[in-house]
Amino acid sequence: MDLRIAPAEPTPLERAAIDAVVGAQEPRSAHVALGGHAARERHDLLLPALHAAQAARGWISREALAYICDRLTVPPADAYGVASFYAMFSLQERAATVAHVCDDIACRANGSEALIADLERRPRDPAWEWHRSPCLGQCERGPAVLLQRSGTGAMDEAIAPADAGAVAARAANPAAAADGPAVPQAGSPELRLLRRIGRIDPASVDDHLANEGGAALRKARDLGPAVVIAEIKASRLAGRGGAAFPMGVKWESVAAASVRPHYVVCNADESESGTFKDRVLMEGDPFALVEAIALAAFAVGADRAFLYVRGEYPLAAERMAHAIRESRARGLIGELEITLRRGAGAYICGEETALFNSIEGKRGEPRNKPPFPVTHGLFGKPTAINNVETLLAGLEVVRLGGAAYAGVGTQGSTGTKLFCVSGTVRRPGVYEVPFGPTLRQILELAGGMREGRSLRAVLLGGAAGSFLTPDEIDVPLTYEGVRAIGASLGSGVVLAFDDSVDLDAVVKRIARFFREESCGQCVPCRVGTQRQVESLDRLALTAAADSRRREIALLDDLAGVMRDASICGLGHTASGAVRSAIAKLGVLGGGS
Amino acid sequence: VVGLATVFGAGGGTSSYREIEEADVIVLWGSNARETHPIFFHHVLKGIRRGARLYTVDPRRTGTARWADVWLGIEVGSDIALSNALAREIIHAGLHDRAFIERATSGFAAYAASVEPFTLEEGERLTGVPAAAIREMAHTYAKAPNSQICWTLGITEHHNAVDNVLALINLALLTGHVGRWGSGLNPLRGQNNVQGGGDMGAIPNKLPGFQDLETMPEARARFNQAWSCEIPPKYGKNLTQMFEAMEHRELTALYVIGENPARSEADAHRARALLEGLEFLVVQDILMTETASLANVILPASASWAESEGTVTNSERRVQRVRKALEPPGDARDDLWVITQLARRLGRDWGEVTPESAWEELRSLSPMHRGMSYERLEALGGIQWPCPDESHPGSPFLHGRLWEEEESKRGPRAPFSVVAHDPPVDVVDAEFPLRLTTGRRLDSYNTGVQTGLYTSPLRRPETIDMSAADARRLGVQEGELVRVISRRGSVVAPVHLDDSLRPGLVFMTLHFPDQVETNILTIDATDPKSGTAEFKAAAVRIERLAPVLA
Repeated sequence: MDLRIAPAEPTPLERAAIDAVVGAQEPRSAHVALGGHAARERHDLLLPALHAAQAARGWISREALAYICDRLTVPPADAYGVASFYAMFSLQERAATVAHVCDDIACRANGSEALIADLERRPRDPAWEWHRSPCLGQCERGPAVLLQRSGTGAMDEAIAPADAGAVAARAANPAAAADGPAVPQAGSPELRLLRRIGRIDPASVDDHLANEGGAALRKARDLGPAVVIAEIKASRLAGRGGAAFPMGVKWESVAAASVRPHYVVCNADESESGTFKDRVLMEGDPFALVEAIALAAFAVGADRAFLYVRGEYPLAAERMAHAIRESRARGLIGELEITLRRGAGAYICGEETALFNSIEGKRGEPRNKPPFPVTHGLFGKPTAINNVETLLAGLEVVRLGGAAYAGVGTQGSTGTKLFCVSGTVRRPGVYEVPFGPTLRQILELAGGMREGRSLRAVLLGGAAGSFLTPDEIDVPLTYEGVRAIGASLGSGVVLAFDDSVDLDAVVKRIARFFREESCGQCVPCRVGTQRQVESLDRLALTAAADSRRREIALLDDLAGVMRDASICGLGHTASGAVRSAIAKLGVLGGGS
Repeated sequence: VVGLATVFGAGGGTSSYREIEEADVIVLWGSNARETHPIFFHHVLKGIRRGARLYTVDPRRTGTARWADVWLGIEVGSDIALSNALAREIIHAGLHDRAFIERATSGFAAYAASVEPFTLEEGERLTGVPAAAIREMAHTYAKAPNSQICWTLGITEHHNAVDNVLALINLALLTGHVGRWGSGLNPLRGQNNVQGGGDMGAIPNKLPGFQDLETMPEARARFNQAWSCEIPPKYGKNLTQMFEAMEHRELTALYVIGENPARSEADAHRARALLEGLEFLVVQDILMTETASLANVILPASASWAESEGTVTNSERRVQRVRKALEPPGDARDDLWVITQLARRLGRDWGEVTPESAWEELRSLSPMHRGMSYERLEALGGIQWPCPDESHPGSPFLHGRLWEEEESKRGPRAPFSVVAHDPPVDVVDAEFPLRLTTGRRLDSYNTGVQTGLYTSPLRRPETIDMSAADARRLGVQEGELVRVISRRGSVVAPVHLDDSLRPGLVFMTLHFPDQVETNILTIDATDPKSGTAEFKAAAVRIERLAPVLA
């Protein structure tokens, strides 16, 4: 690690953008300079500074990188390592506007390859370029495109559904902000987390206050932190991010930790293919999330919270930033400082410890656990990290009372759950139900398959989940229900494929996804995800029984190694969907 | 080492590496340790990671300075002014350790009076460093439970090197930051065994174990007896004095072991002429150096690393075993063998001398090494001197005696030294308007004898480094060849822009004497006490080679 920073001058635009993040530069003195601990403590400004440089010029120039390093006392090798970690950052010059075109599994079921074919036929325009992208979290309205813009006042923008003409037009002329999310169940009295979405103005703090806004937090303050945690424990609320860890236990551990300060982190980096519920919640009801974060901070004794929004969600980030500002200004969250950080395109940053590293301005590589975040989380301090849906459910618990909340749903799965239903259903979208209904009922809620089509398979839990056959859709979508058939709810993805979808291509896309999103830190995952892709390619080409047996054995072996020896969940789950598709659906010729 | 020996009676850094890691404040004064002592700097980094505050005092904002909490960019040669200003501030703020000063030191009153003129404003005027930064450093250094001052050639390559060191020692005496675990004074050494050379008596005024030739007759008597000879009871000459003696034809034969004075001496023209004028020159070295090429006899030596058996002593006074892994190439021979054979030809047969038998003789004659058997050195992973007997664990830090409750155990008082601000001899003026300072880079070592044979991705050729502002003013570009002229000579070198330099300050290394003989420019104004020349401060001007077309 060294601090050799080549003297280099960023452009005035780059300098201004970076200074807006790290502060204006003092004139350099010939005889004194301050730095050291004070400068290194600002290391977490690296990611926002890189965002600023990227947005200013459309790519991160060597000069801009050197300037950031100089200002934050970051060795250039470190900063390069961070900048090159994220898909939305470019270290090579490129067009001012870049269209990230989703070719992931949900959009694939909704015409993304046709869109890409159209784009390939268009003459090249020097003002913009396009690239294939993994899931952009717009699955209910694919095919989706994210326009990443640069220059003064540039705003990124999602286009969904997109066609080639719209992409070209919007790349040239930014349109007004995109529409807010649609909730198919809008108006239903049974909705809890979704009940205000579409009914209130997400930009209006007054609308928020006029619709019960702030009530749960006020109640919590009357109860005190200990009672709040007792209520959460009584509710048996389980984390909705995938691991289903009891939230009350987590909060209790952080609140009890003697090391200070405590942090709250809201994980809004949902990047699991087919997941978009947190985007809908943030775009549709941002003030509720601010209140929910404040509730968590109050319960665990934190003065500072971070909200980490995935980089592909510009509208959610904008609305959350506005809601945080307004909530502060109106005194709704007291002195709590909520810092919004945008990710920059890395699936792995949804893993909690990778997310901490990302906030801290390091490469978003997961840490070994233990120690766990409740004792060694963000900046090495006790940290309560929950995803958006879980935090909002916490607000519901306080509103209803722990015992009443526990009465909703089933014995093992309390409360309501959001499902991200997409693929080839008639009415894709986020659905909220009390735990209990079967997968069949959820699919029916979304209108079932389109006219003349029949269900071929459901991917439950996203790329990290597993495939279910039409015979298995009577499983109740509860934690205990899916566990009984060896599946997992994951983040609540219900991705349906009818008989028109090329499942071979879907499975290979999933394998490619893991290969590309593996952070490369640990060998089993870095090598295993690549070997899995290669094996699937061979499997697709061979019918010889001996060869197929060898490949299947290899895939099993890889799955075992990745499950046993990877540091984080990415490696643990990288083979689940692939193996279930081959074994249960006969994809790529089948085999067991 | 002269300064430390004068004040405390023993040369050598006072502290262990471990203490650097556990210090609250680390001052790197005249040291670009990040590049020139990278291994030592790892210990500094560990200290920083544990929360230590780092101050660097250096005219250049070096890679080391970029790690620092505060960089104090003094004018070249204003170290004493800074030290005195720090001391005055410490005294006026009442942050000096009165009890320690009272019990363990002498000469405080005169010292306090001598620093009185060095107000913060005067400090700022002389050093360029803003008064507020001087004040902050004074308070932090004095108040911290444990503070370390480490220095290198930025302190010692001046005409008043010893005074510079004394000025730093004064600060430690003033605040009681010496003689305790975690606080200390540490000159960083350039080679793994510079300390070992001193330990073994390879200095003109000491016998092995730092026993003084003139003032310790009983020690000399022990050596006389052991070696059955009469050692002349007077100091020998240091390198600078040897060159003076050559000039007077008083010294006409020279035996050089592992040095390259034809290259490394300031004012290289003069040094080479004197070496060439010798009647007889013997050079014993591992490589064909510039000096060796002038020799009448060359004795090829084995490398002390991997090709030799024995011990080395590092900067924390830790004696460590080194072992032979390879046979030296060709006719190269172990130094010990060469010297033994030479003695035999000169009429003294020492019999079979092995590294261990030589070491055993040292243990019998040097009290500070007495407890260090090969067996214990091996078992303990090295031992820090002094180690007077085989039950002694070695000494992590020196001068703990100063803190003893009983006066009899406290030993001689450590004297404060009155030192005057005395700017560099080579004056910057209208004719020579730029201050040239010299130094080293990470990838090369001194004159390149040991490093030049190896490639490094970091290595770039010699350049004259300057600020962008100076380059603009001179109308020169990166890479452009320019003539650098001092009062003694001139060299041609390409320009390199370096933002660690302020306007008016330029920098060169001495790594590439074959391309650019930097020491033609430097001045051999030498400290009479240490024999070190003022490599760090020359006055130069820079001229374009090509005439500017109007």
